[in-house]
Amino acid sequence: MKSKLNLDVKVVESARQHAANIAHDMQEFIEKHTTVSTERTIVRLLGVDGVDDVDTPLPNVLVDHLKDAGALPTGAAYWIGNAIVQTGKTPQEIAEEVAAGNLELTKLPTCAVEEAAEALKPAIAKTFEQIDMQIAKRKEYLDTIGEGKEPYIYVIVATGNIYEDVIQAQAAARQGADIIAVIRTTAQSLLDYVPYGPTTEGFGGTYATQENFRIMRKALDEVGEEVGRYIRLCNYSSGMCMPEIAAMGALERLDVMLNDAIYGILFRDINMQRTLVDQFMSRVIIGYCGIIFNSGEDNYLTTDDAIEAAHTVTASQFINEQFAVLANIPEEQMGLGHAFEMDPETEDGFLLELSQAQMAREIFPKARLKYMPPTKFMTGNIFKGHLQDALFNLVTVWTNQSLLLTGMLTEAIHTPFMQDRYLAIENAQYIFNNCRHIGEEMEFKKDGIIQKRAQEVLAKADALLEEVEKEGLFSTIEKGIFGGVKRPFDGGHGLEGVCTKGENYFNPFIELFMDHE
Amino acid sequence: MTTCATTQVDLTKVKPYGDALNDGKVQLAFTLPVPYGEEAEECAKQYARKLGFEEPNVAYYCELTNGYTFFNVYGAAQATIDFTQIVVPKVEGDVYDRVACGEWIEENIGRDIVVVGASIESDAHTVGIDAIIQMKGFHGHFGLERYKNVVAYNMGSQVPCEALIAKAKEVNADAILVSQTVTQKDIHIMNLTKMAELMEAEGLRDKVILTCGGPRISHELAQELGYDAGFGPGKYADHVMSFVMQEVQKRGWEKKADIADR
Repeated sequence: MKSKLNLDVKVVESARQHAANIAHDMQEFIEKHTTVSTERTIVRLLGVDGVDDVDTPLPNVLVDHLKDAGALPTGAAYWIGNAIVQTGKTPQEIAEEVAAGNLELTKLPTCAVEEAAEALKPAIAKTFEQIDMQIAKRKEYLDTIGEGKEPYIYVIVATGNIYEDVIQAQAAARQGADIIAVIRTTAQSLLDYVPYGPTTEGFGGTYATQENFRIMRKALDEVGEEVGRYIRLCNYSSGMCMPEIAAMGALERLDVMLNDAIYGILFRDINMQRTLVDQFMSRVIIGYCGIIFNSGEDNYLTTDDAIEAAHTVTASQFINEQFAVLANIPEEQMGLGHAFEMDPETEDGFLLELSQAQMAREIFPKARLKYMPPTKFMTGNIFKGHLQDALFNLVTVWTNQSLLLTGMLTEAIHTPFMQDRYLAIENAQYIFNNCRHIGEEMEFKKDGIIQKRAQEVLAKADALLEEVEKEGLFSTIEKGIFGGVKRPFDGGHGLEGVCTKGENYFNPFIELFMDHE
Repeated sequence: MTTCATTQVDLTKVKPYGDALNDGKVQLAFTLPVPYGEEAEECAKQYARKLGFEEPNVAYYCELTNGYTFFNVYGAAQATIDFTQIVVPKVEGDVYDRVACGEWIEENIGRDIVVVGASIESDAHTVGIDAIIQMKGFHGHFGLERYKNVVAYNMGSQVPCEALIAKAKEVNADAILVSQTVTQKDIHIMNLTKMAELMEAEGLRDKVILTCGGPRISHELAQELGYDAGFGPGKYADHVMSFVMQEVQKRGWEKKADIADR
């Protein structure tokens, strides 16, 4: 593809190389550590589900049991494998026995690591059967009923009640939505467990539970068959339970998951060691399952200025890309994020937005770029808001963005009404159709405002990445370079759930999930 | 013969203005849970009449999904309001800009004013508290971090009330700024009430100025919930600091930087 922005390929390569070095540097740290959430993910993938008599999820019961016994450095996989060898029970039965207080995993006689690994194989095979079935089912749908054209129209539902969400989601699909995201209840990111079962109460969203995933998946498959388009389901592999939710998404066929290597650190004050270890586990799962991840760079622009901090978005996209490469995620599943968040009072602001979006497309040509609508400067003036969204939609189609998080005219007032979603989708469809090939027709003036702006932002991103490489990612975050938010290495939520791997530690899933084209 | 386009407005009986005085014209957009069709259109008209609109005109309607129809309706409102009797509680005092606030504090308080802010409890949104405190501020209004003679602590989001109060005590705050963005099922009311009650329980209610802000917060609501002031849309750091500094003076805390002395 010829660069319309006249970007210097060498600068792009340099920035990418810095990001690769940053990610590799972190990977050394990641590989030496595990976390309670990563271990609970392993436990879930071994088939453990359900809650105890006080509603604590069994994966938490089991991992806390190991942590309290100081046995976490060896990893849950070993202890469950060993328990299978010693008791002949299944992982689920073992978890139930532990919950009932009838079994202490670390008091059992111990077998060799190889023997424990061997004992896990039937449980692992069963999980992969389910996951592979879901991957095949998605492929079958895409081959038969097909899908909407890109940019995919992505809307949110957020009623708090999964059954009400179903009504809203099916309505949105009939109106033209291609992706339904079920927004999580506002406090979930900091819960150190995943709630269980169907839920009907939430604030600003609905709990992410495996049962809720199942209910919505079924509803979207139904409406997808009705409208003749596969409808993708999106949820959040983020927060304190990032990898566990990725595993649930793999089992229940989610198609898109919000997942960012550093978002939780900056915006939810989750400890950086915890997040970086967790993102790796979640991303190897996402990569295997054909799930598109969405990174959260758009959020930088809600706390920082979209014009001044544009290069931090680009730099973070490079970093997220390189972490994804290490987790073997294909480019087509990289939903790198950015946003249309410049102050609408800015003269030529539209040109700057166009420049930024076109630059992201040229730097990441195959990525499934996720483009976020204006939120920060939405005021409650729904009439102007609808126009701001229209300009955003125009940039989206012009620069071939992949996922359009559809802007709502009532942003800043309430979670979308059914009619808001209809008006928003109508707005997007009108502009997409009316301007479908505008990107192929239009070129930008040499050394004009648009070209110059992109070149300047790219150069600044490259310089920033060089600095981060020198400094190290941890220390960069401590200094507040991303999103203007500072986080200490030993601060934030969830640090107590991080531990160094012991000598005999093993995680049987990493290798299996990494093994794909 | 009249020489102007309309008759004089009677402020004791005001009603909406479309393109002529007292035409009462209002635009309504709403959804009814009924199947699309002529019956739906008639239903919307009748509903608008019940709401008090004469000559309802369904300008546009369409199906949102099975069983739900969207309407854009115009009607002539009949009800009137006596504008001369309106009373709105407002935050008292003058409003100064950033530079003037800094100077005012130096002249009138003679010490730094300390504030602590957070988006409390389940609310994960930092946008409101950042707009007020963060250096950059919002929409051309710099945040409190940029003010002279003001020391501002921004604790971010999802901060438990207890942690916010502990911080206020630790730094001897003159004022606490509570931000709430999420309002679904009135969660903001629950959170704000909890904060006010804890302040009371800690014996701090009269020793620290308590304010709140957010897109759905008014001064009136704030007062009902037991806050000293509330800041809604269109209010920036200058409004907040102007109120806080004048309140500090009113309470005679110039020489009482320490909470224990108040």
